[in-house]
Amino acid sequence: MSETENNIIRIRDLHFSRGHTKIFDGIDVDIPQGKITAIMGPSGTGKTTLLKLIGGQLKPQQGSIYFHNDNIPALNTKKLYAARKKMGMLFQTGALLTDMSVFDNIAFPLREHTDLPQVMIRDLVLMKLHAVGLRGARDLMPSQLSGGMARRAALARAIALDPEMILYDEPFTGQDPISMGVLVQLIRSINSALDITSIIVSHDIQETLEIADKIYIISQGKVIGHGTPDEINQSDSPWISQFVQGKADGPVPFHYPAPSYKDDMLAG
Amino acid sequence: MFNWFAQIGHISISFFSRLGKEVILFFQTTACFADLLSRPGLIIQQIFSVGVRSMLIIIVSGFFVGMVLGLQGYNTLVDFGAEESLGVVVALSLVRELGPVVTALLYAGRAGSALTAEIGLMKATEQLSGLEMMAVNPVERILAPRLLAGIISMPLLAAMFSAVGVFGGYLIGVEMLGVDSGSYWSQMQAKVDYHQDVLNGVIKSVVFGIVVTWIAVYEGYSCTPTSEGVSSATTRTVVNSALIVLGLDFLLTALML
Ligand SMILES: Nc1ncnc2c1ncn2[C@@H]1O[C@H](COP(=O)(O)OP(=O)(O)OP(=O)(O)O)[C@@H](O)[C@H]1O
Ligand SMILES: [Mg+2]
Repeated sequence: MSETENNIIRIRDLHFSRGHTKIFDGIDVDIPQGKITAIMGPSGTGKTTLLKLIGGQLKPQQGSIYFHNDNIPALNTKKLYAARKKMGMLFQTGALLTDMSVFDNIAFPLREHTDLPQVMIRDLVLMKLHAVGLRGARDLMPSQLSGGMARRAALARAIALDPEMILYDEPFTGQDPISMGVLVQLIRSINSALDITSIIVSHDIQETLEIADKIYIISQGKVIGHGTPDEINQSDSPWISQFVQGKADGPVPFHYPAPSYKDDMLAG
Repeated sequence: MFNWFAQIGHISISFFSRLGKEVILFFQTTACFADLLSRPGLIIQQIFSVGVRSMLIIIVSGFFVGMVLGLQGYNTLVDFGAEESLGVVVALSLVRELGPVVTALLYAGRAGSALTAEIGLMKATEQLSGLEMMAVNPVERILAPRLLAGIISMPLLAAMFSAVGVFGGYLIGVEMLGVDSGSYWSQMQAKVDYHQDVLNGVIKSVVFGIVVTWIAVYEGYSCTPTSEGVSSATTRTVVNSALIVLGLDFLLTALML
């Protein structure tokens, strides 16, 4: 991978802690434009946190996050909101607005940010819903959707404004094998058809290796490896192979940092 | 000893930083009111859920409070042969005190708790984060219309409470206990002063509307985003609103007399 390629996101020396817990300890991440980049790592390493940092919802203690030429943490509210209009985010939980129907949820960003006439909004919403296979579910309320359907409706909402970049937080969890396949297809086609940059946070190694152009593996506040799926698959780093092969034993601990088990049990 | 001082310092610092954040957020929210005027739909929708939905409890309570005032007032006044003044007693008690105060307490229980729970759940289910990521400011889209709707609704609800209460007092005093209907109304008309009584009552209810709605909205917005967080925020809304309304009522009454 050449150094000169076009990166839409450049993260440098990012430090972030919550209270006394260090979540990121100086990470560098480059997200190439128009490609699908996957961010992987054990549960609780801060993948969701990283997406929120990119979206400017959290501020790092140190380091920079460049989106095009804007350093996200340094933007004022107005510029940050302008930058966010170019990003779509798919939340782990969907985060649909529960007081309106699926249709109105997808129409929401269009109504908030454009002056399009109703007919046009209707057409756009139906197109987005059709893309995720939920055109028939437009009149349902979010509480009437299954978890997987809610995720797809949220995806339709995330692409409503035709963003330049979409952040997917665990898009595959809670999908049955069929809709998983559909979703993989969908993410790929959204990415290529609309020339959108995608960042996918995921645990699902197989799907991710299949779909991603570039992969970052994060653990314990550090980037422990990055490269193309092939490079990751063939890596001889014990960190990476433990993760990719899902071995419980290895350099990545299963346990949240804790005093030794024996001391803990005897301390009572 | 030293720990004790540190503790006090810690408590007061966190108290004032919370207060500071709350005040800043309050001004950020009210600053959005001007923009809101161009989207009346949002306000009307909130007036419906905050105000219209509280009408039933306000009207029923106002009716009963008015009837109680009629009974109690009559019993006391009749000893002095002054039962003709029943209308004044009922109207003044309602317009100056009970209308604004009881309405605010009922409003906190009915609308305030619902606001806190709604906003708290939106936070817990990441809907607020979702709005932010869609470049929609939740302060502008969620907090501001609710606060404005509360400020508009509260004086109207208090007015309804008082009006229905006066009618309840009339039913008991005039229809049941035989006070002269003419004196009930004419004494009321003569003795209830627009500035001294009605306007001061309206001022109170506007102040309570701001305070109660703000407490409700803020507790929801700042709650811990979990189910316990939302439930304890809802409790805090009702308890804090009640205490602050009663305290403020004393203060406002003292200032207005
Ligand atoms: N609001 C919060 N307050 C304090 N700590 C938090 C908060 N949210 C997350 N954390 C901590 O930050 C760390 C990273 O959380 P994050 O949600 O980013 O993990 P994740 O990598 O997305 O995990 P998962 O794959 O399970 O979703 C966790 O250890 C968690 O304990
Ligand atoms: Mg996560």
